[in-house]
This record gives sequence, C-alpha cells and structure tokens, in this order.
Amino acid sequence: MSSDSENEQIETTSDVEPASKATPAKEIELPKFEKGIADKITEKFGSKTKVAFVKPDRVRIDVGRDDIKEVAEFLRDVLNFDHAESVSGVDYPQDKEIEVVYHLGSYTDPSLSRQILILTTRAQREENPIPGNDSTKLPSLREIFYSVEFHEREIFEMFGVYFQGHPDNRRLLLPEDWADLPPLRKDFAIKGR
Amino acid sequence: MNPELPPGLALQKVDERIMTLNVGPQHPGSGHMRIIVQIDGDFIVACDPDPGYVHRGEEKMAEYRNYITNIPHLERPVIHDSCNVLYPYVLGVEEILGIEVPERAKYVRVIASELNRCIYTMYWLAIYGIFLGHSTMFMWPAGDRELLIDLMEKMTGARVTHAHFVPGGVRNDLPPNFEDVCLRQVNYFEKRIKEYAAIFYDNPILIARTKDTGILSRQDAIRLGTTGSVLRASGVDYDLRKKEPYDVYEELDVHTNVMKEGDSYARSRVPWLDMLESCAIIRQALQKMPKSGSVRVKLKPNPKGKGLDSVYKRVESGRGSLGCYIVSDAKPEPYRVKMSVGSFRNLIALPYLLKGEKLGNMPSVYWSLNYWPVEADR
Repeated sequence: MSSDSENEQIETTSDVEPASKATPAKEIELPKFEKGIADKITEKFGSKTKVAFVKPDRVRIDVGRDDIKEVAEFLRDVLNFDHAESVSGVDYPQDKEIEVVYHLGSYTDPSLSRQILILTTRAQREENPIPGNDSTKLPSLREIFYSVEFHEREIFEMFGVYFQGHPDNRRLLLPEDWADLPPLRKDFAIKGR
Repeated sequence: MNPELPPGLALQKVDERIMTLNVGPQHPGSGHMRIIVQIDGDFIVACDPDPGYVHRGEEKMAEYRNYITNIPHLERPVIHDSCNVLYPYVLGVEEILGIEVPERAKYVRVIASELNRCIYTMYWLAIYGIFLGHSTMFMWPAGDRELLIDLMEKMTGARVTHAHFVPGGVRNDLPPNFEDVCLRQVNYFEKRIKEYAAIFYDNPILIARTKDTGILSRQDAIRLGTTGSVLRASGVDYDLRKKEPYDVYEELDVHTNVMKEGDSYARSRVPWLDMLESCAIIRQALQKMPKSGSVRVKLKPNPKGKGLDSVYKRVESGRGSLGCYIVSDAKPEPYRVKMSVGSFRNLIALPYLLKGEKLGNMPSVYWSLNYWPVEADR
C-alpha cells in the first residue's frame, strides 16, 4: 500500500536531533491525576523516593532497596494498588546494578483502572554470580503483593537476584541442573552472535 | 542442609501417606506442562506447577534483533493468537519512535486481533473438550476455526503466524471484497458457536465435572493478580478493551462478560461469551472502518529510540492482559523486552484451586484457567 502520509512522523525517528522535539512536548503539561499520585508519594516519603517520570496513565517511582517494602505497603493500603501485573529485571553491567521493576495495577479502585505504577529498585550486581549466595539480594514484596510470587522466582533464576523473605525460593522455568550464568544477564551471550 | 546448594535443590521430607505424582509434561491432562501433585488417596493436598518445558528465550533473542526483525519471532509464544501477542510490542515501539498510525490501519488491527482471539479460543475449547473426553467438542471447534483461519489467510497471506502488525500500521491492506466475505463468515460463525451451548455448556456431564470445582473467590482473584477470563469469571469487571482502550476500541461498543461463580464452569464459559462479543465487535468495526486510505507509515530501515526510555503497553488478549515492557537505549535493538503474559499470571492460582480437589477434576480445573503452556515460559 502506498503511503501518502510519509510526513513529519518519519522525521521523529531520525537520530539527528530527536531530543529537541521530545522535551518541550513533555514539559507543556503533566497529566493532572498522575501528578497527584506522584505528589502523594513524594509528600509521604520525601527524598527516599524519586519520581522518574509522569506520563499519561504511567508513574514511575525509583526507590532504594531498604525502603521498598515501606513504599509498597503505602501503595497498597493508601493508594489502592492491589496487585502486581509484572516484575521485570533489567541488567545494567556498566552501573554494576540490576534493576527490578514492579508494574502495579488496581482492580478494586475504578479511578485507577487505567493506571500502572512502576516501582523500581536496584540490587548490587556481581561479576561472578552465585545465585542465592552472593550480595545480589533484595527484600521480597510477596507478603505485600501475593501476585509477585512466580514473577520473583523468575527474576531469581533469570538474573540471580535473591529475594529475601520469599517463602518459596526455587527455580521455576530453567532446568533443574542449570549451572551456567543467569541467562537474561547481558554477559550471557547467545551462541553464534 | 548443605549451604552450598542453591535454593531449589534442597531435599524435602516426605510423609508416608502422601504420594507425589508427576502429571506431564506430555500428558492428555496437562498439555506441555508438568504438574507435580501430591495426593492423599484421591485428594490433592499440594500442587507445584512446573511450566518450563516448551521453549524459552524470546526475551533474550529480542535483545539481539532490531525492532522490526523482532516481529516474526515475538509472536511465537502463542501462534494461534499471534496478532494479540504482538500487539503490545508494536504499540510500545510506536510510542518509543513517536509514530501516529493511520485510521484505517487501526480498524484493520482491531478486526485481525478479534478474529485471532476467536481462533485461539476455539483451539482452547477444542482441547478443553478432549480433556474431558468429549470428542465432539474437539472436532466441532477444530473444524469451525478453519473459517476464520481462511479469513486471516486472505487478510495476511499466512494461515497461522501472520506477522501482520508492524510499527506504523499493518503490513498490507485488505484484499478487495474482504469486508463482505468477512461479514458473511463471521455471521455464520456466530450462528455456529451458539450451537455449542446445547452440546457442551448444557451438558450434564460437563456441569457435573466443572460446577463448584476449583472455586476462586473475588477477593482471591484480585489478591493473586489473575487476569482475563479467570478474573472475570470471579466477578471482577475488568477488560482492558474497555478500561484502557487502545487503538479504536474507544469508538466501538464493547461489552464485558462477567460471571459471579468463580468455578471452573464460569471460567470455561466466559471465553465462549467473549467470542460472541468478538463477532459483534468485528461487525461494528467493518461498518465504521474508513473505506480507503493508507494503512502503514513507512519507517527508516533501522529505527532508533530516543535515549534511555521505557514503555509499558498492554492489551487484552485471549488469555487476559498482555503487557510488554520495552527499555530502549537509542540503539536499533531494544535493550530489554519483557512480556507479561496472562498464562503466567493465572498460573499462580493453580495451586490454590487444586488444593482439596479430587485428582479426577485436575484436567477440568487446570484447563479452565485458559492456560497456554508455551506462552508461560516465553
């Protein structure tokens, strides 16, 4: 199909100066409702949390590993985020850190049905990981959000992040005799590439 | 316990009365999954699902291919629902690149994803029938879904894995005369699946095996973070097509099917009701679709993101909410792609549902979770 609408949208994908277009659009107006959620969190916890971005329907909060349980409890009890949709790990070898990202949603509060609160924290990353027996550890949120049970098990085997306080710290997807690096780390390379 | 052992290899103490049974991974009652059940006589006392047996590594592979070449392999986890599996990824890439999609392409996407939902649900229903020993219920859906597969073949050129959605629209425009054929086939399909009520959903044997088994209360469904038909069968009115409309769902009239019981029967009925709903959505979309216009915005060969950025997009697939978390670092390849899939999220409910249930009810409870084994381990 010939597309006659090859207009300025293509320009935004060019790598010449995309930032100049992107930044003013963000600063014009922050979505009000999401701003309110972010303000409530910063009001309560102050400098312990950092609001990384506020976009339509999405708020991202960065928290240190010591405060994450406290913040998560606040999110569940006061702001009504009642379940975790997904837990992802992102490996940053240059920072020597692994980021764990919780996507929290709400079924019970109709005003939050579109919202996803993105709660992130970072764990120390070891060059030679021994999953479960090194310093790559985080407190588990399983007591606060039951739904993270399998997700945290997945992060444990795929990134080697051990969740302290998780009642069932076993592997889920990998073979029982897996003895290699955690496969979703960046230094685990695919064969032939 | 030896401290050197990584967690997961620790040995467990075994009660003499309890027998451990491996159901699967190749078993008519478990599909591709191994369910480790502990039984006391005929009753299940504990259940430990072990999903990792089919294929895995989609997320890792995605880090080595650029945004466009990720498309054909990211739909592999659920080949019968390939449009919906790809949908959040495509939406996410569009947000990263800042692309606006033509109006006609949005309607084509909605039609394709609804057709795909029906194709998937028919396959699921066929297997649900054969799990319960109801072989007519296997053959009827397996035959009737050919109608819709033919439609998808006309639309995309491929029968099973379509790779039709691309960032910026869809790959090809609809063939001439597609609207009429689609309307006719969908009308016939709807008439046909209404007949399933008599043979399957009103069948006393099915009712005996599914009613009041594996009950998931509304509170537990929320607490466990289940999604899709499992959630809606427990009385929670949550459908992303209505709650967080993407593309043109806002302009269409979508009805959410909710049942209160939360047992296997309700969970098996909600996807069937959703299929009737899909037919209504397709008819609306065919009516409202612009008759002509572009369906694709052309991209540069190697599109790059704008600096360190992350998006989380989600759609309602055949198995529930399907989210895609993409981290981009201004390279042609995504830095990380994470798929949060309905099957994996619903799996957490399985040990709760099977506890105290008879072993004979395991297949009907397990498959009523609308579980697709390949999707769970991605």
